[in-house]
Amino acid sequence: MILDKLTARLESVQEFEKEPVPASRHKSWRSFLGMYAGEHTAGTEFVIGPLFVAHGASAGDLVLGLFAGNLLAVLSWAFLCAPIAVKERITLYYKLEKICGKNLTIGYNLVNALMFCFLAGSMIAVSATAVGIPFDIPLAKLTDWLPGHFSWILIVLGVGSVTTLVATLGYEQVSRFANIASPWMILVFLAAAIAVLPELGVTSIADFWPAAESKIWTGVPLAGQSKFTFWHVMFFAWFCNMAMHIGMADLSIFRYARSWKAGFTSAGGMYVGHYFAWLASGILYAVFLQKSQNSLEFAPGPIAYYAAGITGAFCVIIAGLTTANPTIYRAGLAVQAIIPHSKTWKVTLIVGLATTTAACFPALVMRLLDFVALYGLVLMPMGAIIFIDFYLLPKLGLKSEYAEKAGLKINWAAAGTWVFTLAACLFINFSFGVEIFFLGLPGWFVAVALYLGLSFLFQQSKIEKPGLS
Amino acid sequence: MKRILVGILALSGLALTLIPSVLVFAGAISTQTNKVLMAAGMLLWFTMGPFWIRRAK
Repeated sequence: MILDKLTARLESVQEFEKEPVPASRHKSWRSFLGMYAGEHTAGTEFVIGPLFVAHGASAGDLVLGLFAGNLLAVLSWAFLCAPIAVKERITLYYKLEKICGKNLTIGYNLVNALMFCFLAGSMIAVSATAVGIPFDIPLAKLTDWLPGHFSWILIVLGVGSVTTLVATLGYEQVSRFANIASPWMILVFLAAAIAVLPELGVTSIADFWPAAESKIWTGVPLAGQSKFTFWHVMFFAWFCNMAMHIGMADLSIFRYARSWKAGFTSAGGMYVGHYFAWLASGILYAVFLQKSQNSLEFAPGPIAYYAAGITGAFCVIIAGLTTANPTIYRAGLAVQAIIPHSKTWKVTLIVGLATTTAACFPALVMRLLDFVALYGLVLMPMGAIIFIDFYLLPKLGLKSEYAEKAGLKINWAAAGTWVFTLAACLFINFSFGVEIFFLGLPGWFVAVALYLGLSFLFQQSKIEKPGLS
Repeated sequence: MKRILVGILALSGLALTLIPSVLVFAGAISTQTNKVLMAAGMLLWFTMGPFWIRRAK
């Protein structure tokens, strides 16, 4: 009986994968504010904030770099992604199918789903560090890649199962969960940081900045970690969600928005989550470093538990889940676009299992900054393609959504753009030593130039054939 | 009346999450007391918050 009800509920989950979202299902900006604030005040924040400390970002560089980078991220959502989303009201994957063709979209979706799985996996791992507190599991180090303990794997499997179950229930459930948890999580981040400040010698507001410069963000990286400057911080803050804004993954989210201005609600996620939460978690990590005499061990759960007790541990668990849930959901959409007649919940379930397996590896957490930068970079060229296809191609007399109009399985202009852009980024990285955090910006312009040039080349050659003119 | 009560309890949960940490910073309470109050705040928020948010909508 219960199984029948659950199955009926799952069968009724309707996410409009292959049709525009109807007006009756549009959501106000408040839904997005809750979702963004929840999603970006999340498990990653417990890792990224400390990693800035580990990489020796100075206090001034961090405060200014985060401000500028987050502003650029909000503007990217509002002016690049949301306007296209509310005009088209279809998923990223369906849009790509129209532009790039079915086969290329399958390739993109596989890469995308894999990246989403790794990201969600890292968040499941973060939650598991808190779940593992009562079991006294040895902490992983910043340099660890492989799981070090069998009980760690068991805990990750448990956390991953719960996360997957929630994600299978669809966007409505994810949004509701994030809306309830998000205001509380934000306050826990803030409260935990305030409560530990006296341990850093801060007993008045005037003490904060000197302590920030000398004890928290000292400008000196930990052993084996590279040095971060203002530019690292700014570009990381801008591009850490590059796949979502410039890469257009959030077309799938903003297609539910009443107006493109909902794109500005991303500021809730950026300035609360990617600003105050990163600063707060950095403070918590500085206290841990002070107590452990710069130990390389790193586990967000015990760090939060030390600062805020059981509440801190629960916050890490829930923070991990609110990031992992929408990410698994997105990965499910990516895979479903490959198998269009499959049920959303079944696909999400399979994706969740793959994610849980990936979560067993601590490398996902320890190298999160590099992974997040890579993830944005790999998916970015498709965002540039969508942007140019939507705004520029028709004005230049070229056909937008060319694969659909020409009946192509692969739009070679898009395929070439994707491959050659990444090759160009790799070349810049190897030849000029430009770090991965900075490659997104030149990469976007390379993608734009390539797609324009290749579209002109391929479309002209097809139009010359009578049957396709 | 019920709606107001649920709202007060839910917001008390958030207040108990944040305010005690300010008191720790001011040296008025211990970190242990702070942790207990934060846990109480968490329970209040997750039991009352969903009802409050649903009613507010």
